[in-house]
Amino acid sequence: MFIINCPYCGEREQSEFKAGGEAHIVRPKQPTELSDDEWAEYLFMRKNIKGIQLERWVHIHGCRKWFNMVRDTSNDQIHAVYKMGEKPPIK
Amino acid sequence: MSDNLRTSASKFIDQTTRVSFKFDGKTYFGFKGDTLASALLANNVHLVGRSFKYHRPRGIMTSGSEEPNAIVQINKNSSVTEPNVRATEVEIYDGLEASSQNCWPSVNFDIGGINNFLSPLLPAGFYYKTFMWPASFWEKYEYFIRKSAGLGQSPAEPDPDIYDHNYVHCDVLVIGGGISGIMAAKISAENNFKTLLLEERPNLGGTTIYQKNDYFKINDQYSSNWLEKEIEQIKNLKNLEIKTRTSVAAYHGYNYLLARENLTDHLPLEKKKNLIRQRLLKIRAKKVITATGSIERPLIFDNNDRPGIMLSSAIKKYADFYGVACGKENVLFTNNDTAYETAISLNNKGIKINAIVDIREQNKSDLTNEINKAGIKIYNSYTVIDTKGYKKINKITIMKLSKDGKTVTDSKIDINCDCLGVSGGWTPAVHLFTQSGGKLKFDDNDNIFIPSKYPSDQLSIGSCNGNLELDDIISNINVSLKNFLKINKTNFENLKINSSKSNSKRNIWLLPSDKTVSKTKAFVDFQNDATAKDIKLALREGFRSIEHVKRYTTTGMGTDQGKLGNMNALGIISDTSNVKMSDLGTTTFRPPYTPLTFGTIVGRNVGEFFDAFRKTPMHNWHVQHKAKFENVGQWKRAWYYPKGNENMHDAVQRESKAAREGAGILDASTLGKIDIQGSDASEFLNRVYTNAWSKLAVGKCRYGLMLNEDGMVYDDGVTTRLSENHYIMTTTTGGAANVLGKLEDYLQTEWPELDVYLTSVTDHYATASVCGPNSKKIISKIIPNLDLSDENFPHMSFKNAKIGNIKCRVMRISFTGEQSYEINIQANYGKSLWEKCMDAGNEFNITPYGTETMHLLRAEKGFIIVGQDTDATLTPIDLQMDWIVSKKKYDFIGKRSLYRSDTIRDDRKQLVGILTDDPNEVLEEGAQIVADTSKKPVEMLGHITSSYFSPNLNKSIALGVVKGGKNMMGQKLFIPMKDKIINVKIADPVFLDKENKRLNA
Amino acid sequence: MKNKYSIFSLIKNAFTNHENWQRAWRDPEPKKEYDAVIIGGGGHGLATAYYLAKKHQMNNIAVVEKGWIGGGNTGRNTTIIRSNYLWDASAGLYDHALKLWEGLSQELNYNVMFSQRGVMNLAHNLQDVRDLKRRTHANRLNGIDAVWLSTDQVKKFCPIINTSQDIRYPVLGGTLQKRAGTARHDAVAWGYARGADELGVDILQNCEVKGIKRIGNKIEGLETTKGFIKTKKVGVVAAGHSSVLADMAGLRLPLESKPLQALVSEPVKPIIDTVVMSNAVHAYVSQSDKGELVIGAGTDDYVSYSQKGSHEIVEGTLQAILELYPIFSRMRMLRQWGGIVDICPDASPIISKTSIEGLYFNCGWGTGGFKATPGSGDLFAHTIANNEPHKLNAAFNINRFVSGDLVDEHGAAAVAH
Repeated sequence: MFIINCPYCGEREQSEFKAGGEAHIVRPKQPTELSDDEWAEYLFMRKNIKGIQLERWVHIHGCRKWFNMVRDTSNDQIHAVYKMGEKPPIK
Repeated sequence: MSDNLRTSASKFIDQTTRVSFKFDGKTYFGFKGDTLASALLANNVHLVGRSFKYHRPRGIMTSGSEEPNAIVQINKNSSVTEPNVRATEVEIYDGLEASSQNCWPSVNFDIGGINNFLSPLLPAGFYYKTFMWPASFWEKYEYFIRKSAGLGQSPAEPDPDIYDHNYVHCDVLVIGGGISGIMAAKISAENNFKTLLLEERPNLGGTTIYQKNDYFKINDQYSSNWLEKEIEQIKNLKNLEIKTRTSVAAYHGYNYLLARENLTDHLPLEKKKNLIRQRLLKIRAKKVITATGSIERPLIFDNNDRPGIMLSSAIKKYADFYGVACGKENVLFTNNDTAYETAISLNNKGIKINAIVDIREQNKSDLTNEINKAGIKIYNSYTVIDTKGYKKINKITIMKLSKDGKTVTDSKIDINCDCLGVSGGWTPAVHLFTQSGGKLKFDDNDNIFIPSKYPSDQLSIGSCNGNLELDDIISNINVSLKNFLKINKTNFENLKINSSKSNSKRNIWLLPSDKTVSKTKAFVDFQNDATAKDIKLALREGFRSIEHVKRYTTTGMGTDQGKLGNMNALGIISDTSNVKMSDLGTTTFRPPYTPLTFGTIVGRNVGEFFDAFRKTPMHNWHVQHKAKFENVGQWKRAWYYPKGNENMHDAVQRESKAAREGAGILDASTLGKIDIQGSDASEFLNRVYTNAWSKLAVGKCRYGLMLNEDGMVYDDGVTTRLSENHYIMTTTTGGAANVLGKLEDYLQTEWPELDVYLTSVTDHYATASVCGPNSKKIISKIIPNLDLSDENFPHMSFKNAKIGNIKCRVMRISFTGEQSYEINIQANYGKSLWEKCMDAGNEFNITPYGTETMHLLRAEKGFIIVGQDTDATLTPIDLQMDWIVSKKKYDFIGKRSLYRSDTIRDDRKQLVGILTDDPNEVLEEGAQIVADTSKKPVEMLGHITSSYFSPNLNKSIALGVVKGGKNMMGQKLFIPMKDKIINVKIADPVFLDKENKRLNA
Repeated sequence: MKNKYSIFSLIKNAFTNHENWQRAWRDPEPKKEYDAVIIGGGGHGLATAYYLAKKHQMNNIAVVEKGWIGGGNTGRNTTIIRSNYLWDASAGLYDHALKLWEGLSQELNYNVMFSQRGVMNLAHNLQDVRDLKRRTHANRLNGIDAVWLSTDQVKKFCPIINTSQDIRYPVLGGTLQKRAGTARHDAVAWGYARGADELGVDILQNCEVKGIKRIGNKIEGLETTKGFIKTKKVGVVAAGHSSVLADMAGLRLPLESKPLQALVSEPVKPIIDTVVMSNAVHAYVSQSDKGELVIGAGTDDYVSYSQKGSHEIVEGTLQAILELYPIFSRMRMLRQWGGIVDICPDASPIISKTSIEGLYFNCGWGTGGFKATPGSGDLFAHTIANNEPHKLNAAFNINRFVSGDLVDEHGAAAVAH
């Protein structure tokens, strides 16, 4: 079980959080103008990276805030957390 | 007549307290402090079990948790029975009953022993190669295979014991209370680290605590005496907590560990009662020091499994710690100096040693010299090639090893013995280290895998780190702990250490014999009966990786998880396939280190504490009025209220009629309630619901449908505009938490520019919904000063009101099609609100109704229930609810998905009403709908989602989804049941009051 | 021609102390070129190769495996096999597989120990009852042998289940498919490997794919740790690692790879003679021929390739197990493990061509792929050989995520796999 450093609350047990999948997939501003293919790309297609992944988490049993995380999915090491709207702290 | 092999007093055993116990029905005596194993050995009982496959007689082999053979059933046929318990770990108590397993009729005469003679037909993997003819017979073969497999017996009654969990946080966790762990704990605690020391045995001190050997001294004292004083000292350290009988089971990432604390297993039966049996410690440690020691390896030779063949270190422990001789005529067989320590201990106690067989050509150390002086015969460069004795060893045969160690030469020598101690060197217990993600490296000098790369803030010390000699252990602790704890000095810098050093090593994984390997039974995994020839067969058949060999031969898959056998298996694979040990790698060590009781893992979360129910403020009223309950999500909801001998059908018919003819009352408190505030609240609702919200006037209510982004219906409910920037949304009972989560997600991540705040207020309000022609009269009695006229308070509107001094919100909304008022009040007034309604409604025959009647009433009106009439594959268009999908709105969640090539198809399943030709035939929910019953396979068009007998229409009604149903009004279809076909036709889903006259009746 | 396995060959070999058994499969060096290469030496991959060679006469093919065959989910599995799926497409696929299971030991001359001890699915609330009844009606009309059981019938079929109606998740009934059951997971991989090898398939172990080379929109070959292998057809059957391989080909898939955990107890004498699944409480249990209780837990909600999940998942599952089987409280967990499962949004697999000519994917099996192994291999082989799907896997194309024609077993029946 990870220890997650919530940007708002500090270090907490993983059981207080819920994962929300890949980060930085922006909901299209004009969905009606997308083709079926483009919409499917937004809706379903995922990088599902093995290695450093940027992903969303929410402190569901805490402050209920969403935030982003930099995590290595190959060994579950968390490298950083950052708030929604912020740039990822890695290149 | 049992012998007494208790040879000497031991301070670890309380010889003044006799303990009586039973083994296989026979009563024996031991002393307080004995394990079942030591007590049996003291009574000269070696044969305690039968092996898994060949049912060979097996005895006690070790003195610890690595025991593969001596596993027994405790307290058979009682509610506190436990299978597969290691006799070496059970502390005896008065009344303990143990019995051997996997044998019938008895351990002395076991029918299954015939397998030993069939063994030529049962090589590794034999079951993959046979039992295939005739094809239909596998299950018959399997019946017998299953019967002969398994070890002990599962309990047959619920467990009376209590288990517990504890969360523990510490700066430094020290695992293992041997000499290394004790030193580390002292250094840590004295440097102001909050330290926790865990030891799986009942006492601290490991093997050193009984080491009274002139060649192992610290500061000129026996190492045991020195350690004893250290233990006394650390017991008083304020930063140190010590827990014995506590075994670390799992080491997860982020220094999260699980340990099992055994609290009552060692107590007599009557003293265990009402106490917590075991406690699971969930430990978060900033730093972890692993001092788990090492496990002695057996040697691999023909018939190395007989009762009486034991690890040499175990024989030493039984002698030194328990005061028990394991045999009267002992022989030791070794490849290192450990057996000589055992020999010195036995010799000092006057226990006879017939010989020592040592595969090394020679060795010069203090220990070997001492044995030479004692006149004990040492056969250097010899190996055991065979043993004799069915139920207990009585003889070994040895031969001289060739120079290269690959063959044997010269003549055979027989040596009599009733106990053979074997030592193949030591294997560091790296299980927890690897569980944590640590990487190992192979040490070619000692033939061991040792920690190489730490994945978290942790350190391995002592013999689990590969430091096998006393002086190495202590000097390494001094160096590594300073670095690990970032301290300048330790407490143990200037110790004077005497430690006997061996100068010769010889490691032969599979000892040669005068027979070819394929004719021998040289056991590698004792419990699973995996032999050296099995491993060689697997390699011959192309199973090359360690994982393949393990699975094909089942090596390492017993209850000891390969603690004794795995290294030898690797060695044999390495030798046979010419792959270096370092390239071969180990199999993955998986948690738990030793088997962990389910009850302990679950703790208190059983029975009523397993996923607690949520109950409404009116719950007790429902209970008092004999309601039957339905579980919905986490909630208990009143399902129906039977009167007298009514069954559900009768009750529901009565309740439904009453609601339409007089008045009904429903506890709607479980519906999710989300308070929405902010200047962008209306815009927010526009985006999350399919319909438009901007124009909803303050004080008005509106039904909304929420989709997933994939266009499928997700939830629904009525939302009320309380003021300009303030709404209250209701959700389905089961969907409340998910809806809030989803709304927060969109709000925070997609639309952070919106000024909106969401709060769950489900628990804050109790809701009573009063419906029926008399509902207005009832409400006016409760809230006399509220103007209930249709002009002032029309359908789909809301008023703030007061009942006495208590504020409440009244919504005039309806899920039944009747005129209906929902009163929301602060939750703690819920029950009195309900009772007030009941009192006021008494004269109108107000009838409490439950979820079943609610479902029936809404079905008469064709209203959907999300989750019952929908299944995450239906769009609002499919539900024929086009009216609620705004064409004007530019976007809302799920909108784009409604226009994909497959979601706009006309032949999708659509929600329709369904009427049976026979009005008394009530369809089964879930029944499939077809157009043509003759076609094979039958094409299914859809299914019945809701079905009831309507007392108000006096006929059965149903809702269902049907492919292209929208355009099939009136069409005849069929419901093919198991025993009959029911004729139905498609109808309008609104069965009652299509004009909605009753809302204002 | 390989030695046939039978009781007679066992007896014969006993006389020579089992020293003359042949290798179950060769260990060849890669050829320069193959007609097709399957990436992934798990059960599905090996089955695909077997059926390509057996039914489509494609014998110049290889299976490349980065580690050892059968080392992934085939090597650690709770092995539930059933076909009582709701949707026609799923029922067709899984029942095709089930029929192949029924003759697989004989087909492969390798005892995969397919044991038709039945699978029960329990209903714990009224909606479960509706859903499971709906499923049994659909199953009956699709020719699948699942039936509805009352609570009493559940108790009769598996007496150790706690059917008290006063518990948190009372058993309100269930379904039973008698043809369903379990099999020996390792044997499936080994049996297919031996069978494929005999048909000339090269099984290349320790051969990791490092790149997928294409010219234009056509597959040209694979860069591997054993050098470049030329081929025009590549079938990817890489389970949890599908997205990693898709990335090499410049594709994205609708997959997430998540940790799935399971555990076994210490072995005991027979106590439960069927497979019981309970979706509402996320627990399923059976007993292996060795005597271990085999217990499946759920997945964590985050992507991970670490093959480890969180302890809380295991704890939650055992809570559910003790709710339904209070007698197991004193049983002990012997071993727990984690695997990586690749999950599609609709919890149904992909067995499909891709936008790249000659590149095929078989993935997205989530937690339930084992049961499909023979059917998946057979249909994927058909798809690769004919460059078009069989009618039984047509619905499982990648394009469904664009058109919206999902096979939503997840939402529809909420059934654990």
